[in-house]
Amino acid sequence: MQTQFQFPGARLTMSLSLRPFLALVLSGWLVAVAPGLTAGEETPPMPLAIHGALVYPVSGAPIRDGLVLVRDGKITYVGPAAGRMYTADHRVLRAAVVTPGLVDARGTVGVSGMLNQPQDQEQVERSAPLQPELRAIDAYNAKDELVAYVRARGVTTIHTGHGPGALVTGQTLVVKLLGRGSDADVLVPAAMIATTLGGDATTQEKGKSPGTPAKAVAMLRAELIKARDYADKRAKAADDKKPARDLRLEALARALDGSQPLLVSVDRSRDILAALRVAKEFNLKIVLEGCADAPDVLGEIKASGFPVILHPTMARSNQTRENLSMETAGRLKAAGIPFAIESGYESYVPKTRIVLFEAAVAAANGLGREAALAAITLDAARLLGVADRVGSLEVGKDGDVALYDGDPFEYTTRCVGVAINGQLFPAETAAP
Amino acid sequence: MISCLLRGPARAAVWVLAGLTVAAQAQDRAVAFRGAQIIPIEGAPIAQGVLVVQGGKIVAVGPVDSTPIPAGAEVREVAGKVLMPGLVDSHSHIGGGGGVGADGSGPIQPEVRAMDGFDVGDASVAKARAGGITTVNVMPGSGHLVSGQTLYLKLRNARTVDDVLILLPDGTPAGGLKMANGTNPRRDPPFPGTRGKSASLVRERFVAAQDYMAKVARAKDDPEKRPARDLALEELGEVLAGRRVVQHHTHRHDDIMTVLRLSKEFGFKVVLHHVSEGWKVAEEIAAAKVPCSIIFVDSPGGKLEARDLDVRIGAILEKAGVLVGFHTDDGITDSRLFLRSAGMAVRGGMSREGALAGVTLANAKILGLEARVGSLVAGKDADFIVLSGDPLSVYTHVEQTWVEGAKVFDRSLPQDHLRAVGGPGAGDPRRPHYCCFGDAWSLIAAANGDQ
Repeated sequence: MQTQFQFPGARLTMSLSLRPFLALVLSGWLVAVAPGLTAGEETPPMPLAIHGALVYPVSGAPIRDGLVLVRDGKITYVGPAAGRMYTADHRVLRAAVVTPGLVDARGTVGVSGMLNQPQDQEQVERSAPLQPELRAIDAYNAKDELVAYVRARGVTTIHTGHGPGALVTGQTLVVKLLGRGSDADVLVPAAMIATTLGGDATTQEKGKSPGTPAKAVAMLRAELIKARDYADKRAKAADDKKPARDLRLEALARALDGSQPLLVSVDRSRDILAALRVAKEFNLKIVLEGCADAPDVLGEIKASGFPVILHPTMARSNQTRENLSMETAGRLKAAGIPFAIESGYESYVPKTRIVLFEAAVAAANGLGREAALAAITLDAARLLGVADRVGSLEVGKDGDVALYDGDPFEYTTRCVGVAINGQLFPAETAAP
Repeated sequence: MISCLLRGPARAAVWVLAGLTVAAQAQDRAVAFRGAQIIPIEGAPIAQGVLVVQGGKIVAVGPVDSTPIPAGAEVREVAGKVLMPGLVDSHSHIGGGGGVGADGSGPIQPEVRAMDGFDVGDASVAKARAGGITTVNVMPGSGHLVSGQTLYLKLRNARTVDDVLILLPDGTPAGGLKMANGTNPRRDPPFPGTRGKSASLVRERFVAAQDYMAKVARAKDDPEKRPARDLALEELGEVLAGRRVVQHHTHRHDDIMTVLRLSKEFGFKVVLHHVSEGWKVAEEIAAAKVPCSIIFVDSPGGKLEARDLDVRIGAILEKAGVLVGFHTDDGITDSRLFLRSAGMAVRGGMSREGALAGVTLANAKILGLEARVGSLVAGKDADFIVLSGDPLSVYTHVEQTWVEGAKVFDRSLPQDHLRAVGGPGAGDPRRPHYCCFGDAWSLIAAANGDQ
């Protein structure tokens, strides 16, 4: 599979039919790859004509000598460049490879800030083990430097928010990396509820709970029962008998009715099975995250029908992830389990991983190039419920596009252009 | 199902025997690896080459059509593969991590030896072999101004730490001295609280070492006049005498300048490690003729000192004329993906040749081992790796790792494949099922009918 498509070099070979027309828009061509564009420079952005020697729509087969047109923030054409005319007001871009803007299925960018100092670490509030009422939209900093950093490598949408590391840390959101602010950029303000089971959910503090993985499950179950009772009473009781609003139980009630799934971070097979057990007991919709031991329990995961947001391929293989495998993504794919690849949460350096790089190593270790690209675009968008807007190059979808000067997964390839809603952002800086 | 499960142990037994055969061969008879592209690092790549090894050394390297293969040599056809020197990692924490260095009792502990804390059976050692690493500098951590003596190792097949040591002509194991500045060694007393205090504490100890060495010299052979033996000052004395190189953790540009200043004052040889802001003082580093061992991590930050790190650093230092090697800092980055550093360096604008030297010959020079390792040249140790393709490509795998003519990793063996990619059992090398019954990964594969 890996050799099915040979990526051409950065030089674009124009089809004959295109040449006369390109002469007409030559001035546009010359400014096309101007570096150093400033975010927000264009309002409204110029329409874009993006030529790719190879265009990956992801929703369909790769297109040689392809063209993507974007106008008013939306994709208006995806197909062969040959014979496709466009007006002279388009800004023309070209690259060896063009993909949808990447969708990071789970990270903490914008919440766990670049500096790793107390004032920029918002991912876990340690005052209580269960705090599902904490909203990501109140914590996300669109101006953190890591937002622009990952965007410069092609990431245009991220599922971020409260992190793993305590039983229930809070909520997550899905946001476009426009860098303006959480309200303006958000796609899904209350996406999931970040839950951790296993050793990472426990505390070592004397006299505090949960101190064991089993206690963590007991506490989560108790809280879900409370939330179910609360929701029942709120729904059925007469107005004067309704219990007072409780933000924490309200959030868990959304998990119970399926409108805001639990995102359960688990790595050990024991903890994966615990998550599935709780989901079954409460008829929950959950998303499994991490899953280093997934190869041990593939059958159980498959039978549950729940999707997996898989740990970064290059995650450190220690502690709960001591047995992680770079081949797990390929195994999930082969087993038919819906999954996406994440940048995850990092407590030290690198402060965030780049989901493109993680998918690359998975691609080279059994997943294959096209499935790896899907795991950070369309499959991630579907898992997050935003595939109507992002994740593939299709007419009507958002103008989120990433441009590369070669195979996006190669270490030596650079991202040379990024657009979100048709607006261009600075890509990776060029060599000195 | 049961019959499927039994296939695993049976296969494992065969692999074990195969492994013994290979080990026993090492290696009186010459072996010629023929037909691969050879990247010797010193000298241009050879499109179709032959590498001849014997007695643990490289005997010949050259094009297939002009390099004679000794009579009686075993010939292994490796057409389609790429051969390059075994990788040299100039900064790693494999083999037990925190156990190899100083404790919390004080900021300067040069007497602590990594050798006394290194665990050769740790899974990280086998993973480093899977990444193609054949020579490695195992370091104590960076939480001290001086955290102890480092160990330069050859990752031979090994039972004890003695099996992996590199012995100097005087019989002592090769290694450097780990030092650090900036925020990591700053703690509550007796550790320093500021940068100025950090440098001052280091200067005091080096002055004491100068006095100590002077007393030893004056005493000559008179035991009555010799000062009482001081292990710490003795090691700093080794550094002052140029017999031990300082391997210095440093990030910020001003901390880098402090290292250069101290190195000049006391005349010790030093290598700068991490050097996150080295691009800001590249000219000064070049002028001091001090090498750099740098790391590629995937985003800036994570600590204040790393906020300005940049993938272009290798290119900038190379352009300034600095000797540049790369390191894993394992577990900061994974030894199995060490070649990725070279790829990222090229992404940042470094030359392909410089990037490949950065994981081989440059690091050999940084460790003072370039006479033995770092390039495929006749007379050097037969340390090499067999790759499935271009060393800078993500799709390339390390297929075999050889140290001194003996194979130490073979991806085609299931237990080595497990080391290379991970999976059930990869995290702990000493689980009982692991030695005798094959790996859990292949059992699962067999049960699923995968193989």
